[in-house]
This record gives sequence, C-alpha cells and structure tokens, in this order.
Amino acid sequence: MDSLFEDLRRMNKRQFLYQVLSFGMIVSSALMIWKGLMVVTGSESPIVVVLSGSMEPAFHRGDLLFLTNYEQDPIRVGEIVVFKVEGRDIPIVHRVLKLHERSNGTVKFLTKGDNNSVDDRGLYAPGQLWLTKKDIVGRARGLLPYVGMVTIYMNEYPKVKYALLAGLAGYVLIHRE
Amino acid sequence: MHSAFTRCHALAAYTVSVLAGLTFVCFVTTAFRDYSANADINTVTVLVRNVPDYSASREKNDMGFMIFDLKADLRPLFNWNVKQLFLYLTAEYETPSNKLNQVVIWDKIIQRGENAVLDHKNIRPKYYFWDDGNGLRGNKNVTLTLSWNVIPNAGHLPILVAKGNHRFTFPEEYTTTKM
Repeated sequence: MDSLFEDLRRMNKRQFLYQVLSFGMIVSSALMIWKGLMVVTGSESPIVVVLSGSMEPAFHRGDLLFLTNYEQDPIRVGEIVVFKVEGRDIPIVHRVLKLHERSNGTVKFLTKGDNNSVDDRGLYAPGQLWLTKKDIVGRARGLLPYVGMVTIYMNEYPKVKYALLAGLAGYVLIHRE
Repeated sequence: MHSAFTRCHALAAYTVSVLAGLTFVCFVTTAFRDYSANADINTVTVLVRNVPDYSASREKNDMGFMIFDLKADLRPLFNWNVKQLFLYLTAEYETPSNKLNQVVIWDKIIQRGENAVLDHKNIRPKYYFWDDGNGLRGNKNVTLTLSWNVIPNAGHLPILVAKGNHRFTFPEEYTTTKM
C-alpha cells in the first residue's frame, strides 16, 4: 500500500491524466463487450443470474444463464425461457408448459417453474392468462454455476458494491503500470 | 511471498483459476456428445371432455385425458457433466383455430445416479390437457413425443426428442362420466 502512495506523489499531471484515460478505456471496453453481446444474441439481457429456487434442482440461486433471442428459432414447449411480467423489472426463469400458435404467427405461452407445483398464471399481471413473444427476454442456452452469487451479494448489500467499485477505481487510477 | 495478505491473495487466485479450468474442461469434454435415445410410447385410454376451464377464460373448452405407457432407457445419456435430465411428454396437434398446439402432460426429473430406465404402465397425466378452444374432439392427428432437456454442471442446455413417437385419435363423442 505504501508503494502505491509513493507512486502517486511521484506522478505529474500528464501521467495522472494518462491513468484516467486508461480507466476510461477499461470502462468503455466493458460496455462495448456487453452491448456487442446484446447484438449477437438478440436479447436485451444476454446474461442473467438466477434469483430464486423455483427451477431447482436444475438451477440454483446464483447460477449464471446465457440467453439468446433469435426470431427465426421459434420457442417451443419444454424450453427454458426468461421473461419479464409487464410492469415488473425482475426477470423470471421458467419452462414453457403450453403453447398455442395461430396461422398469423401470434403465439401464447404458459410457463411453470420446475420446482413449483402450479403454473405461473399467479405470477402474470392481473387479468393476464398467457405470455406473448414480447414478454420474453430470451431462451436459456448455457449455464455457468455459482458465478452469479457475486451479483446477488452486491445487490443485497449495496455497501459492498460501492466499496468494491471505489477500491477498483482507486487502484486503477493510482497504480503505475 | 512474505506477508499473510500476499499469501492469501495467491492462494485465492490459484483456487479460482483451478476451478475455472476444471469447469471449462467439464464443458469442453461433453460439448459434442450425442444425447439421443429411443422411446416407446403407447396410449391405453383416450377421452375428451368439454367443460368450463376455470383456470383460464372460463369458457367451455375441450379437455383431453389419456392414460399411457412409457418405456425408455436413458442410461447412456449420463456423463460427468450431466447434472439431471428433465423429461417431458408433449401432445402436439393442430386445430382449426390454431396452427400449432403443444401441451406438456407429464414430466419427470432424473438426476445423475438415479434410476434412468423408464418402464411405466398406465401413467396418468400430471397436468390438465386443456385445448385453447374446442379442437380436440375427433382430432385425428395428435402426436405424443418424449423430449428431454440435458442440464449440465456447466455448458450447453440441449433439448432432444426421442426417436419413436405415438400418434392417436380423440373420440368423436365427449365423455360425460367421471374417470
């Protein structure tokens, strides 16, 4: 830690600005990767964290899911979809139980969590009996276990999130490469 | 490495790297496996009723009811990266109002280590088979297929359909008695 402060004292204005620029580059790269993923997968949220135990024993709280949302690949029964109920922000990861498609292309779905005993009609908006394509954020294609716990801790204890971000920002700005 | 902090840091970094490497190996060694298998499905009883659907629009909709047999050997599908298989039996059909209908009537979870040989007779459906309308009576082409979703420890989530589906017809008359 002492060596870090020594570096800071030795830095002149130009070097400090260079450090700020490096920091900016890291942030922009991260943003570019995220937005690029959104385009490639076609989903507004290509990586989601499983928040509840309603899909156990397949997915546990804290697992990471990779989603795609391709139009030309229609959703079929048995697939794991992530959807958002109108008016609510939380994504729900459940499985499609029933599907009815008209010849004009409109589809309606009913979903159910593997670990729930009833279907999701109780979770939908009041008066809503079915999900439509626009409610669906994407289809789960890949799984990475446990990694999402970090996000859950950061959301439940915001102080941890701020401390981590402040520490990271400080480290990048002060440390001399 | 002199301070406790650097030692802890090195240990933590090494642990995370090894875990990440193992996860990747798990994924890569099973990414191209073939998870197909055969299934033997048969219907024993097939009925259709026309009753108000209180879970949905409260209109009178067709409700199908089938008792079926199921036979499949899914043991070769399991490997060190398969955490569980989610099996589901789908009834797929077409009606005048809907081009495609898919209804899951039965499902089962088989975890790695559990018995993966299915040989069930006279299974009752787990979920109500409601149609979106009145298109089941006399429907000549309803197909029952067994599918499974492979849930890995880490990696792809493929869905496969068993080879061997079963087509049946719903009767022309509604059943009004209790079954």
